Amino acid sequence: MNSPSTRTQAYAQAVAAKRRQIWLGLLVLGISVLFAGHIAEISASKFLDNIGSFASYFYRIAHLENGQWVISDPVEWFWGWKKWLALMGETLLMAYVGTLLGACAALVLCFLASKNMTQNTWVVFATRRLLEFSRTVPEIVFALIFVVAFSLGPLPGILALAIHSTGALGKLFAEVVENVDMKPVDGVLATGGHWLHKVRFAVLPQVASNFASYALLRFEINVRGAAVLGFVGAGGIGQTLLEVIRKFYYADVSALLVLIISTVMVIDALTERVRHRLLGQERAS
Amino acid sequence: MSVLHPTHSGVAPTQDDAQARAALRARYPLHFQGIHRGHIPALLWAGLALGLFVYGAYKLDMSYARIAGGLGELGSMVLRMIPPDPGSWHRAGIYAYAMLETLAIALLGTLMAAIAAFPLGFLAARNTTINRVVKFVARRSFDILRGVDILIWALIWINVVGLGPFAGVLALFMSDLGIFGKLFSEAIEAADDKPVEGVLSTGGSSLSAVRFGILPQLMPVLLSQVLYAFESNTRSASIIGIVGAGGIGLILSEQIRTLELQQMAFVILLILATVSLIDFCCARIRFSIIGERAR
Repeated sequence: MNSPSTRTQAYAQAVAAKRRQIWLGLLVLGISVLFAGHIAEISASKFLDNIGSFASYFYRIAHLENGQWVISDPVEWFWGWKKWLALMGETLLMAYVGTLLGACAALVLCFLASKNMTQNTWVVFATRRLLEFSRTVPEIVFALIFVVAFSLGPLPGILALAIHSTGALGKLFAEVVENVDMKPVDGVLATGGHWLHKVRFAVLPQVASNFASYALLRFEINVRGAAVLGFVGAGGIGQTLLEVIRKFYYADVSALLVLIISTVMVIDALTERVRHRLLGQERAS
Repeated sequence: MSVLHPTHSGVAPTQDDAQARAALRARYPLHFQGIHRGHIPALLWAGLALGLFVYGAYKLDMSYARIAGGLGELGSMVLRMIPPDPGSWHRAGIYAYAMLETLAIALLGTLMAAIAAFPLGFLAARNTTINRVVKFVARRSFDILRGVDILIWALIWINVVGLGPFAGVLALFMSDLGIFGKLFSEAIEAADDKPVEGVLSTGGSSLSAVRFGILPQLMPVLLSQVLYAFESNTRSASIIGIVGAGGIGLILSEQIRTLELQQMAFVILLILATVSLIDFCCARIRFSIIGERAR
């Protein structure tokens, strides 16, 4: 039998062991931070020297050339609104086409990547690795490569978004498919239906609203992604943004940032409403 | 048997079969009509989606010739990438150092953001904030920080501190601050307030209520979120070099521009391997932390 005092001792030991573990972890972290700080050329003096210029950067992008606050003259601030809105439209269209292409590819591949729909384990394995590869490589890297192959313009950007979306959506779709109720599938099989019948009449009705909801979420993410693909020459508003930042056109930087952020927020709000309706439908049925 | 299942007995379909079909048709008239009124909204949406797609393909110059030509070019590029090859040992060393720099950027950016977001998260949480205005301001600031893409932050910081990894660290810091602020404040709001009541009832101050009532619940959640972010930041840190903010991205974009494809393939594989290694390590640490919470 443990006497109270030995139990207290055991408790004290357990606490001490945990403390040691925490200190050890902190020590390792501290050493790696020092090492990382050395490699990343962090210097406190450089930071302190420049923190003022960071604040003044924001002060400058909030002012027009004539020294007035940007709010005071919105017409002057958004002087290029026709061009910028067209570019923003192009960005949205890129995100849309890329998402749709990616969603279609994911729709085909997700059934091959789910264990309950495909018996051949090699097909499942190969499809999963393919999807993993397409979502692990960042889309801007795909865009860099595609810009060389397809030349500058929105096309390489769309393809980069499509491939990344295929990977990301394929995984999510496959997870949904693996969680479906298998009774309808058995029912279709029992009446002599083949694979496509199984997919169309037993699985799709169960997963369609989830698929649509994930695709909309992806669209939201792709709008953000499409806005920066222009940095590598793959179309959209990013190219113009890169130019105005590099050339220090301060007021234009803030105008474009406001345009991008507000568009992203509007899209977020819209897709969220549609998604709530879709998921609500699913719960009701 | 044949009486019970006339169609399965091997003989030609009988009158019973036709009768059964007629009965089904009478019971579910809609399902025998092919396309019916219930389909119209869905068809309209599908038509709209397809129309927008076709318009987009036209507007964005996705011609068949361009796609086919590009795919041919892409195919030959992929062939020229094989086998992935760093070129020489010296170059392999340069790539390894750049990868290390990438990891350093990810580590410092994540850590700085986590430390800064910790107090700010309390300000943005409903149950620990000072007042509603502070909460509102904190939340909207996080939204804006998150709304600006990391590459844009990188460009802005390059204007401020110049090219190099330091700009990358600060860019990661900005966008992570927004993410952590939101996640931390949500975790704080989800914390059980019974331990807080317990501390307060023994005469503890509100600060010790946070320290002994909320923190012990919070730490495992926060640490696991930080680890998860570190993993995704390794990915982000490997691309911010494309705009000049340090790390391996710079090497990658140079190689693509100069068409050193075998070396580029090597660098991409190096990034993928490192990311999955970090992924693995973070998952291990995360499980050990969550296990601690369960104990």
